Formats: sequence, C-alpha cells, structure tokens
Amino acid sequence: MTGVERMTFGKAINAGLRRCLEQDPKVLLMGEDIGTLGGVFRVTESLQKDFGADRVIDTPLAESGIVGTAIGLALRGYRPVLEIQFDGFIFPAFNQITTQLAKMSYRSRGSLHLPVVIRVPYGGGIGAVEHHSESPEVLFAHTPGLRVIAPASPNDAFVMIQQAVASPDPVMFFEPKARYWDKGDVDLSVTITATDATDAGEAGDPAASTSGTPVAMDRARVARPGTDLTIAAYGATVAMALRAAEAAAAEGISVEVVDLRSISPLDAATLVTSVRKTRRCVVVHEAPVFYGTGGEIAARITEECFYELEAPVLRVGGFHTPYPVNKVEQAYLPNLDRILDAITRSLAY
Amino acid sequence: MIPTGDRTDVDTVQLLTPSGERLDHPDYSPRIAHLGPDALRGLYRDMVLVRRFDNEATSLQRQGELALWAQCLGQEAAQVGSGRALAPHDYAFPSYREHGVAHTRGIDPTDILRLFRGVDHGGGWDPTERGFHLYTLVIAAHTLHATGYAMGLQRDGLVGTGDPERDSAVITYFGDGATSQGDLNESLVFAAVNNAPLVLFCQNNQWAISEPTTRQSRVPLVKRGEGFGIPSVRVDGNDVLATYAVTAEALDRARSGGGPTFIEAFTYRMGAHTTSDDPTRYRSSAEEEYWRQRDPIERLRRLLVADGELPDTFVAELEAEAEARGEQLRTAVRAMQAPAAAQMFDHVYASPHAVVESERAWFTEYEASFLDAGATDGGTHR
Repeated sequence: MTGVERMTFGKAINAGLRRCLEQDPKVLLMGEDIGTLGGVFRVTESLQKDFGADRVIDTPLAESGIVGTAIGLALRGYRPVLEIQFDGFIFPAFNQITTQLAKMSYRSRGSLHLPVVIRVPYGGGIGAVEHHSESPEVLFAHTPGLRVIAPASPNDAFVMIQQAVASPDPVMFFEPKARYWDKGDVDLSVTITATDATDAGEAGDPAASTSGTPVAMDRARVARPGTDLTIAAYGATVAMALRAAEAAAAEGISVEVVDLRSISPLDAATLVTSVRKTRRCVVVHEAPVFYGTGGEIAARITEECFYELEAPVLRVGGFHTPYPVNKVEQAYLPNLDRILDAITRSLAY
Repeated sequence: MIPTGDRTDVDTVQLLTPSGERLDHPDYSPRIAHLGPDALRGLYRDMVLVRRFDNEATSLQRQGELALWAQCLGQEAAQVGSGRALAPHDYAFPSYREHGVAHTRGIDPTDILRLFRGVDHGGGWDPTERGFHLYTLVIAAHTLHATGYAMGLQRDGLVGTGDPERDSAVITYFGDGATSQGDLNESLVFAAVNNAPLVLFCQNNQWAISEPTTRQSRVPLVKRGEGFGIPSVRVDGNDVLATYAVTAEALDRARSGGGPTFIEAFTYRMGAHTTSDDPTRYRSSAEEEYWRQRDPIERLRRLLVADGELPDTFVAELEAEAEARGEQLRTAVRAMQAPAAAQMFDHVYASPHAVVESERAWFTEYEASFLDAGATDGGTHR
C-alpha cells in the first residue's frame, strides 16, 4: 500500500495495526470487544475477520489477565498488542504492568524481552461517565522499563503504532480518544517492522522526517515554528496548542509548538533547543499538573536553560481532583483561554 | 489430629502411605508402573539432595551470607514428583520456593542463591534453555504468564499432534495463599476458555506465612478448579509417587489437547515461611510433629528398605555427594561478589533509553570524580 490518504485518527491506527499484522505473523491483538465488534471505538474494525480469531483475540473481561497472558505470549516469541478499553480500566492491570512487564528485561539481565504494546484510549472531552476520561500516563512514565508515547496526528498514529510494535521494549501507547475522528493525511508508504527496531528507538534524525524517514518514536517534533514562546504538548493537547498559537499570532505573538510524542523517554534536547531560542515555555496536558509531565519539563528546562529563561515554566492542565462530571469537564480541561492566559502571564515577566 | 484445612470429604490420591506401604489406585498406579528400583532411588536421591541444599541455604542465611532464604523443607515430594513428570520440552513457571523443581530442571543451585544473596534479581540460568522461568515474588502474577505461554504453544502447533517429541505443556506452581489472588482466578478463566495446555499446581502447605488455609477458603482448595470447568485432583503432596502419577496424567492431558488441570498437592511447610519468619507465634509444636510423622523422604526410604533396595553403599555415596555439594555451594556463595554499581543501569530497556543513558553517564562521571579528587587533593569531593 502506498500513497497519501486522508483518514481519521482511528482509521490511521487501524491501518497501522493491519500493516503490523500483515508484516509479522507473531503480532497478535488482544482485548475486550476488539474482534467481532471491532472495539468500542471501532479502531480494530474488520481485523478479526481478515486475520482470524487466533490473532485478533476477544479476551475475557479481565485486564490483569490480558496483560499477564500477553507477557507469557511474548515469552513464547509473540508480539501482543493489547487494547485496554478505557484509561480508567487499566488499573486492574497495574500490577502486571509495573511489577512484571516493566521489569522482565531487567531482572533477567537482558535475556528476556517483552515486546508488548498496550493501547490506551485516554483523555476527556467526550462527555463520558466516570473512569472514561482520564490521563494516567505519568504513572507509567514514572515506571522504569516502560516506554510511554502518545501520537497527536493521524499520520503519527499510523507510524508510531508500527514503531511501538517494532520496539523490543514494552510500550504504553496513549491514544487521545477525543481526536479519533480528526482527519489528516497519512503516508501509507511507511512500513516499520521489528527488524527496524533500532530505528524505532534512539536512532533517527528528527529532521529526517522531511526526507521520508519517519521520526523515531522517542523524538519530539516541532509542530509549528515560532520565536517568542514554546508550548510543549503531546497527544490530546497538541491540536489545542496549535489553535492557541494561531490565536496568539493574531496578536503578534509567535508561538512555537513542540509535539513531545514521547513522555518516556522525554526528548529534552528538542525542547531545550526550542526554549533557548524562545526563552519562554508553557506546558499543556490534560493530566493533573501536580507531579505531572509539566513539572518534569519545568525542572529540566530550568536546569538546562536557567540563564536563557525570561520567565518560569508555566503549566496548564488538570486540577488535583478526580476527573469531574462531564457537565463541568470543559472547565477542568486545558482550553484556548487558559493557554492564552498562560502565554500572557509568561510574556508579562 | 486433623491437619489445618483438611477435609475428609475430599478424595486424596495416595500411592505410598507414611509408613512406606504401597497402595493401589486404578487410575494412577499404572502411571508409576515403569518406575523400577533405580528410578525410585533416583527420586530418593533428588529429595535428599534438595533437602540438603535447602538446609545449607538456611545455614548460609544464618551466617549472614544470604539476605533471606525461603525453605522448601517438607515439600520435596510435591516438587520432585511433579518436576520429574515434566518432559525436557515442557516449561515450568515457579513461584519462589520451588527449589526442588529447579533441581529437576538441572538448575545450578548456586544460581538460585544469587537472588537471595542480593547480587541478582533473577538467577544465573537461561529460562528458555532450562524450560524453567525465573522465580516470581509477586504472588500468582506468574500464573498468568504460564497461561499465556501455554496459549503460545497452542499457536505454535505444539499441542495435540500425537508426536511425544513435539507436544508440550506448561506447569505453574503456587501456594494456598495464591488461590485468593485475582491473577490466579484470571488464570483459571483464561486457561479454561482457551483450553490451554496448562497444569496449575497448587502446593497447599497449610500456611500463607501466618494465615492458615481457612483464611483463604471455606472449601477445600481442590474445589477451586471445578467452578471454572477445570478437572481437579487432590494428591498427597508428601507422596512422591502419587504426585508424579497425578502430574504425569495432567501433563499428558494438556499435551494431547485436553486442556488445563488443577492439582492440589496437600503438603506441609515444615520450616518457616522465610528466615525472617517465626512460626512458633502462630502454630503448635503438636501440629509440626503430626507432619514430621508424614515426612516425604522418610516414607520413600521405608519403601526402599522394605524392598531391600536401599543398600548401605548407596546411602553412603549419597551422603558423600550431598556433603560435597554443600561444600561447593558454601564456597561458591561466599565467592559471589556484588556487581559494579553502574550495572544497575543495564537492561532496564532492551534498546537505549535517553533518561537511563544520561543518568548512567552522570553516575559514571560522578564515581570517577572521587578517584580524580582523591588523586589530586586528598579526597575532597564536589
């Protein structure tokens, strides 16, 4: 399959998963309702029909069981790609992910690898009930042994799911569910297999994206260049950051938007390069600000750019409350006004 | 005295009584018919060596050479009997007390002690080569890995082909306490609906640290399997012959495509939970004495003696072998050095991770700075 096609974010992941299933017979999909139904968000639509119930597996309704059996399958040489139906339902599997999946390479001194991908539709803004709108990515970024990534565009979704499957490490793949219906151009000529694993990891030049080589999954991407202030965002908040940059431009403020793409590792170098130029930084994520990604970024920027900074790094994100009822979620989530407010405060220093 | 958790309404497979007399069982006696005097002496040797190793490890902990030790004292028959029923190409997922199973898989006992000395989180062995996974300390977590591994065997076409060199099974070991864990129950669900080639081997040693089996269940543990539609059997876990027979049957069923089996091996943890535990706080000496009368090694010894199949020369050679192995173990453990501190950064990921690599670089430089400073100004550090 070649060429550029316009498709939704959800379809782009579907296309990426299909590519993985075609390329490697060891790739398996596992999850609740992913087979006959095609997933509650239809991300796995038609895949069971096309690849069989042995490879696209409707599992019992037990998240720990899904992750735990996937570890066993990975020990047997398979590359399971799991769907956790909603962010808030990952916690029954938290033990398997943190005490087992994340540590097998370490405790076996590298003799056992677990190339397991855990797809998690995450984030709010869809008017859902309790446990269906959360952003728990930092809990996994705080766990050594896991890679944590979040695509923000259909093209990245298509590429990064393939990179995640190709990675020899366990990867938490956070899908901004509110963006599932966004459309974008997807370059279907990109195929990444496990033999390219090194390219999916550290290697790869971010600048190479223009020449057709995909950006490595642990590298950030400058989504919009600017000179006055850097917004760092990932997954769900990149689109909002780009809108804020557009609005700021109308006021004569040039905002650079860095799409982090990876939370663990964090591509500090790309961020630092940006902030050394703009001297100001605002971090935007849906997850609670307290002990969040923004805090880590603020610390790193402060250490690396202390003398270049014109203002402290500011954070826009969720509050230290459980995700609220959907009738007030828009007040909880970072929105255009709150991002612009942070830009104004930063520029006022 | 009725042992803790016992229920007389549950059939228990026994082929050898505590006094060393053989019993006939229509289903299971044929499973051990091929075990002649050599094989029986082999099982006896296994158990004696495992017990000696276990006692040596306890002593090493008492001497400060190990941080901790989890004894398998009293569970030798359950572990050796089931372990010897495995084929080389079967795969075992142990908990952390399965030293007897490790012995049957050819694991170097020194490697087991790496974990307990604190120089390794895993062990020194290659799990794939030995068909014996690393010990798992989070209770029941590995039972799901075993289930998934068994599902992998199915997909690899290694179940139900009729070729004994090809057909494979997985066995996972866990205790009475683990039956309360969600992961074990999820394993039973996944194994059942997938008809996975898995043997779930529960060693009911009566105690989960200080909690008796009655704190885990109001029914005999063997009944846990039935609700999931999994054939279940209770075996006298101190009877190496019955344990071998029951496990061999379950493995055959698994390899041939018959699906999972739940085995409750009824046994007793004669020692403490670990060297940090004090069983006198929660159980009686009378109970311990009851089980000493049912010692798994002693009953096989009695059988062999009654059959005239335990010559003094064999006993003497075995004692000499156990002594030599003990000496070897003590020397090897004392020689185990701590790894270099910078090794803590190794293998966190399979491919380089920027955070780990930058921290490794910082740490290495920091360590080196002490050497530099020591050389130039007598040890003033930054």
